[in-house]
Amino acid sequence: MNAFTQEAIAQPPRSGAAGAAQFAGWDSRKYTYYKPKGRHATHYEDVTVDVQPDPKRYLLQDFIISFPDGTPTYSENWTAAKSSDWHQFRAVDEEWERTHYQRQSTICGMIGNVVENARRAGAPKRLDRTWVKVLEQYLGAYKHAEFGLGMATMHAQRYGYTQMINSAILTNSSYKLRFAQDLTLYLAELALDLPEINLDLGKQHWLENPAWQGTREAVEAINGTSDYLEKYFAVNLVFEPLVAELVRSGFFMQVAAAQGDFTTPTVISAAEGDYQRNLANTAELVHILSQDAEHGAHNRALFNRWLAEHGKRALAAARQLQPMWSLPHHKVAQFPEALNRALERIRSITGELGLELPAELKAA
Amino acid sequence: MTAGLTLNKITSQRGVSIGEAARRIADLGWNPSYVQEAMTFPTDYKIGRQPKDPMKQVLRSYFPMQEEKDNRVYGALDAALRGDMFRNVEARWVEWMKLFLAIIPFPEISAARSMSMLARLAPGEELRTGFTMQMIDEFRHSTIQMNLKKWYMENYIDPAGFDITEAAFGKCYATTIGRQFGEGFLTGDAVTAANVYLQVVAETAFTNTLFVAMPSEAARNGDYALPTVFLSVQSDESRHIGNGHSLLMSILNDPDNHLLLERDLRYAFWQNHCIIDAAVGTLIEYGTTNRDKSKESYVELWHRWIYEDYYRTYMLPLEKYGIKVHHDDVAAAWDRLVKKNYHHKVAQFFSVGWPVNFWRIEAQTDKDFEWFEHKYPGWYAEFGDYWRWYGKKSVPGETPMLFDQENGYVYPHRCWSCMVPCLIREDFVVDEVDGKLYTYCSELCRWTHKVAFSAEYEGRSTPAMGRFSGRREWEECYHGWDLADCIKDLGFVRSDGKTLVPQPHLRFDDKEMWTLDHVKGNTIQSPLVLLRNMTPEQREKHIADYRAGFTIRPFQ
Repeated sequence: MNAFTQEAIAQPPRSGAAGAAQFAGWDSRKYTYYKPKGRHATHYEDVTVDVQPDPKRYLLQDFIISFPDGTPTYSENWTAAKSSDWHQFRAVDEEWERTHYQRQSTICGMIGNVVENARRAGAPKRLDRTWVKVLEQYLGAYKHAEFGLGMATMHAQRYGYTQMINSAILTNSSYKLRFAQDLTLYLAELALDLPEINLDLGKQHWLENPAWQGTREAVEAINGTSDYLEKYFAVNLVFEPLVAELVRSGFFMQVAAAQGDFTTPTVISAAEGDYQRNLANTAELVHILSQDAEHGAHNRALFNRWLAEHGKRALAAARQLQPMWSLPHHKVAQFPEALNRALERIRSITGELGLELPAELKAA
Repeated sequence: MTAGLTLNKITSQRGVSIGEAARRIADLGWNPSYVQEAMTFPTDYKIGRQPKDPMKQVLRSYFPMQEEKDNRVYGALDAALRGDMFRNVEARWVEWMKLFLAIIPFPEISAARSMSMLARLAPGEELRTGFTMQMIDEFRHSTIQMNLKKWYMENYIDPAGFDITEAAFGKCYATTIGRQFGEGFLTGDAVTAANVYLQVVAETAFTNTLFVAMPSEAARNGDYALPTVFLSVQSDESRHIGNGHSLLMSILNDPDNHLLLERDLRYAFWQNHCIIDAAVGTLIEYGTTNRDKSKESYVELWHRWIYEDYYRTYMLPLEKYGIKVHHDDVAAAWDRLVKKNYHHKVAQFFSVGWPVNFWRIEAQTDKDFEWFEHKYPGWYAEFGDYWRWYGKKSVPGETPMLFDQENGYVYPHRCWSCMVPCLIREDFVVDEVDGKLYTYCSELCRWTHKVAFSAEYEGRSTPAMGRFSGRREWEECYHGWDLADCIKDLGFVRSDGKTLVPQPHLRFDDKEMWTLDHVKGNTIQSPLVLLRNMTPEQREKHIADYRAGFTIRPFQ
């Protein structure tokens, strides 16, 4: 017979606070089921690692629903890349919900303030008239490219084998979609003060202007691949340095000030900041996979193939955009210099990652 | 200065209207002409009509709004610590949060992933913006909940169980039920999973019980953190409900979809009932110490939110579009709750299995009995003695409840469909699918596995529909194992290498805590393996005996 009594069972503890009693495990106050990347677990790791389970990490009963062909809820085969440990990757920007909203909200506030103050000061009325047409037609067209990258990454965030990979792709998508909307609303606000702006022309140029067709084809090709990692790779390691940065930094941010425009560079600078984070995350993942002891050679060959396929299209897209540099009245930037910087950029990125640029890009 | 002067009058200027902003953003997409979008997860539904975004939100307003909501949440967590919340929190309640918060971040992040599937299927761009926000919302929910769990681990008297949370989620015999819920959002037919199962049923109907009833009960137990986090989460749900309804209206538009929709509403409603009512009914009625008789019971809340709000105002109007609504399913779920004691039997099952849990469950006491009897007349006759046995058997050295022969409980079969055990014994169903024998808690769960999750439905080919897979019966994974070895394999042992993470009481004292030595010598068996190994005659008798139920022996 034991000492059981109802009273003993009902007796509440003195306090529910940490340290109110000492017993086995009372001081186990860190997540113990994963190995942090550094000496100490970061907040990002604590709220991210292992939330998406899989049979290699504790999923005792395996995935319990499958697609009709037997493919489980998450599959390592959704990319041609291979990994001996998909769980190794941590996002370099360590983004989780709070930091993501803080950063996105700060950007929204920055853009809102700049545009509001510029409008109050009458800045749109002082823009060079030719430049207004460039914004209307070319920035108006470019917003669709950003949207296309946002949708590609939104699609891709379903397929990664770990929470860390998918969440990095998710925040990438969130940044791209916000920026596409930033541009859309910025142009709509300019149109409030400049009623001659036709807000439908941007899409028309995106669909019809020969200068944009290479870019559209490159974006559609990214959305056309069924390999989620190829999408992520092509967006951040190919399209962004060769086309997107070329348009954003190589054209709008350099040229705008000379046309009396101080707002467009601010709006666009947010996307340049976003890209640094997305680039760092993608480079980290590609680096891990390229150096994989078991699959590194396979992955490097695969990445080189992706680089060649998407690089060829992106280079053609960049070259087709050349006429844009001739449009502004005040020509403060030249296309060849801008393209050279873009090529240097992709050479630098792929060089760091030990990847082989295709001949067209090497020679360009 | 004039009395009527405000900053707004000085600074305001004309802006882009919400309608115009939403219209412009909806025009960002285009039909590709060089390369078609990659095939995504398929559906057997046809979506011809372009869904509208009812919320008309843009990310420019979304991000600052969400940041403000976050600021309130994190500010409240700091305030709770400064106010010494944990001094007064009820340990009974926080222990159950080890289970709840182990489960919920996975369904949340699954919902984020599933938006990818819907965004590709829905024609037009307008609702894609809605799906975008839902994707980011769900990312928010998953990580804000992980943060809350970390916060409990750092500040609550017993962190064991929180510290192994995601590993425990992958292995525990109870969390498997939550995986069925989460995987259901993103596997199989994309519309079935992400629209009907997630948005139309889980979010529209059952998040009220999850994210409103739970916080109310938390506050009654001195926990102000969970209400802060989960009511903030719930404030995002109206957006998701709007997304779901908009896509549903596009689907309804095509009569070819009606048969599939009828199937999916049946499956989704019944499985949400089986899983959510099992979990939340147990958590808020057995994890609480508040026995205020004037508060609503779980079934009263269910009647208000599921029956009145959802069934009468959301499901019933679907009939006018030609959808057959299965009123009998709603009535059957209600009967399971009020006449067949569904969630009381779930609480009983969780407590029987305490050694393979990763949280503490203490016995219900006289004060609890009184409340249960008041709210559920007849409760004491069926469950009172059981909880007295449980209290007695909570002392190390007693036989663990899982193997105790003295109290009369019979360990249940597991439902192959909803993963909750077959606790309403008279409703137990056995059937063969593809030549193999399976067990189910109810006729509708049998139908879900055999009829709904199939390549054909009522003569119509359904090539996109998912399949049940994996080692769905948890007990089979440890069939023939010694209980102590099983617990070690689960990782449910504290840092001293011998004391169990789960305990059948709230006594925070090494002398009172169970160790591996206390549970050694008991062999786990899979009811399904045993059933499959029986001769037809033995099986027939076993099923008849099982349906007849068991009686808890009078407590001595």
